Amino acid sequence: MRRILFLARAEVLHIVRDRTTLAQVLVVPIVQLLVLVNAATFVIRDTPTYVVDYDRTSASRGLTNRLAASGHFRVLERSASLTQANDALLEGTATLVVTIPRDFEKSLTREGRAPVQLVVNAEKGSAAGIVLNYAGQILARYSAELGRELRPSLFTIGMGTSEPAPGRGNPRIDARTRGWYNATLDYRHYMVPGILVALVTLIGTLLSAQNIAREKELGTLEQLNVTPLTRAQFIAAKLLPLWVLGLLDLGLGLLAGKLVFDVPMRGSLLLLFAAAAIYLLVALAIGLLISTGVDTQQQAMFVTFFVLNVYLLLSGLFTPIDSMSPWMQAVSQLNPVRHFVTISRAVLIKGAGLAEVAQPLVILCGFAVLTLSLAVQRYRKRTA
Amino acid sequence: MTALWGLLRKEALHILRDRRTLAVLLLLPVLQVVIFGYAIRTDVEDVRLAIVDPAPDFATLRLRARLTAAHVFRVVTVLRETEPLERLFQTATVQAALVFEPGFADDLGRGLPARLLVITDTTEPNTGVTIQNHVLSVVQSAAREMPTRAGGVQIVPQARLRFNPTAESKNLFVPGLMAFVLTIISCLMTAITLTREKETGTMEALLVSPLRPWQIIVGKVAPYLLVGFASVIGVIVEARLVFDVPLRGSVPLLLAEGLLFILVSLALGVLISARTDSQRVAMTAALLGTMLPTMILSGFIFPVESMPRVLQYLSNVVPAKWFVIIARGIMLKGTGLAYLWQETLVLSGMALVLLGAAARSFHERLE
Repeated sequence: MRRILFLARAEVLHIVRDRTTLAQVLVVPIVQLLVLVNAATFVIRDTPTYVVDYDRTSASRGLTNRLAASGHFRVLERSASLTQANDALLEGTATLVVTIPRDFEKSLTREGRAPVQLVVNAEKGSAAGIVLNYAGQILARYSAELGRELRPSLFTIGMGTSEPAPGRGNPRIDARTRGWYNATLDYRHYMVPGILVALVTLIGTLLSAQNIAREKELGTLEQLNVTPLTRAQFIAAKLLPLWVLGLLDLGLGLLAGKLVFDVPMRGSLLLLFAAAAIYLLVALAIGLLISTGVDTQQQAMFVTFFVLNVYLLLSGLFTPIDSMSPWMQAVSQLNPVRHFVTISRAVLIKGAGLAEVAQPLVILCGFAVLTLSLAVQRYRKRTA
Repeated sequence: MTALWGLLRKEALHILRDRRTLAVLLLLPVLQVVIFGYAIRTDVEDVRLAIVDPAPDFATLRLRARLTAAHVFRVVTVLRETEPLERLFQTATVQAALVFEPGFADDLGRGLPARLLVITDTTEPNTGVTIQNHVLSVVQSAAREMPTRAGGVQIVPQARLRFNPTAESKNLFVPGLMAFVLTIISCLMTAITLTREKETGTMEALLVSPLRPWQIIVGKVAPYLLVGFASVIGVIVEARLVFDVPLRGSVPLLLAEGLLFILVSLALGVLISARTDSQRVAMTAALLGTMLPTMILSGFIFPVESMPRVLQYLSNVVPAKWFVIIARGIMLKGTGLAYLWQETLVLSGMALVLLGAAARSFHERLE
């Protein structure tokens, strides 16, 4: 035990003395958190909109104003030229073109219904559907408003339909909606717990991968090999300081998330840190596995980057796991990052307890045992 | 000229001999296309739905049948009370829940509003909103079929999705992926190859050779230009064959723009390598300075319009942003230079400035 502590102390000194590493460990994560959380967002607001108004009545103007006032749309221009609107769409300056046909108000008053054409640039994938939904909601609300204005007769006298009314009034379904866990639909609340996982992963894996590769490069690995340390002791001493650092980074990240983005923390932080402690073992062991397979720091960095790139992209961090194709979802079960992302979001955003995250937690424990024993086994005291 | 030819041959041999790097260079694009094609998607389908029906009657059963019939949903469980919902949401067993009030059919029959509640997991806001709308549209189409007395007015939206009518994410990633792959190959690899000569001390040997500085740069850069060009064609072919991604515009124009972008990336790589002395620093600079911005700020994965103003301005200096706009325009919209000349001009300007700066700092190093 004393031997482990000695070597661990040496490692700590290494990290503290090397300014670049220290900056890499303490400053970079916070900067990344701030930039990534703001950049990695699919939020949809201020959709640039072109209104082609052939009608030019108070009803059509009202529609344009409702769109602009909703905050979801930014009306670039109103004209009666479809070609200009088309150009704007092709140039990419407009994402949505709303075409209000001639006699819009007239047919609303006479027939009670009128079409409006919405053309959306679907270049941006799922955003297109959401833009249409927002527009649809605004149209529905505006119809209700106009109904009272344009055809009050229906309400006061109650005529205008050939269909017999069953019962006393109109049967209708009153559907209410509620969004759980993120009622304000704030994308940052969703991203912070995920980005924290990415930071912990990056720090843990990159540092441990580079660490042993550096000893190899400097030739100091041989010196360590002739000490009476056993393999397990050696690895424990190497990983202990990095493990503590990783947890420290998580704490810093959480603090920044709380102070800057005011992300909710509904669940138990203790549970989150316990899960992180297990997960960090996996991340560190993966780094160790990489470093046993390479000879130089550069190779270590290249391989780590490659592995992490795949791991992070397949973790559900940026895009939901549920949207992946079914076989890809199955493959992603083998990705430890995925399970910690799940835990982190469940605990922080949904306030899940131990029972709810038990499954991914058990899987993480399995990964920890597997990767650590593999790393210890692969690492041999090579005598040149 | 023979000297240049010799250098070119030497570089080609370097690339071919380093099997590990070559494998990464060739496999990376292929693997990335697979990952992005199957994993980086935001399409919402197969939604796990829970139904809470405290007192089933003919009206709720009819609505439930409609939800089951809509193939977007998979009804995971039918409950009597709302109690277990919290846990189901926390374990992500369900993504949405439809809660009926007791006496649903009675209310409808009496002409009272029949109440129901749609709960969705909006942890991820866009998926949440999309699911909510899917459920609502089924409920509303059911309501519309019920006999009703027309009241008020109705504005009927007719929606059309242009350029990507099926709104599939897979059609969007290919242009971005080309930018990403090109950045890795052109920028990262050139940055490393020149600093490697410095580290191993062979740079001096090159400098005392009769090669002119520009010849050294051309000799170093040309092989990677070829590799980059080959992998772009590989990405396009794979995307066409495996994922059936459309290519509506002119192919020669796309390739020409690709070449322009490669030029920008190569110039960046040379600039980085001229300014740094060790491979490690060059690599970190290339990673932080080009690769991450290409992934995050180019609009490749995340739409630029959604970012805060500061980041939007910042994204203008990322060459990949302009290339992604161009490539999407050509591939998805089928537009030509008439619409893309501005972006092309920006890229050309970047190429000129960067090449000039690279050549200059390379000269300074030589003296």
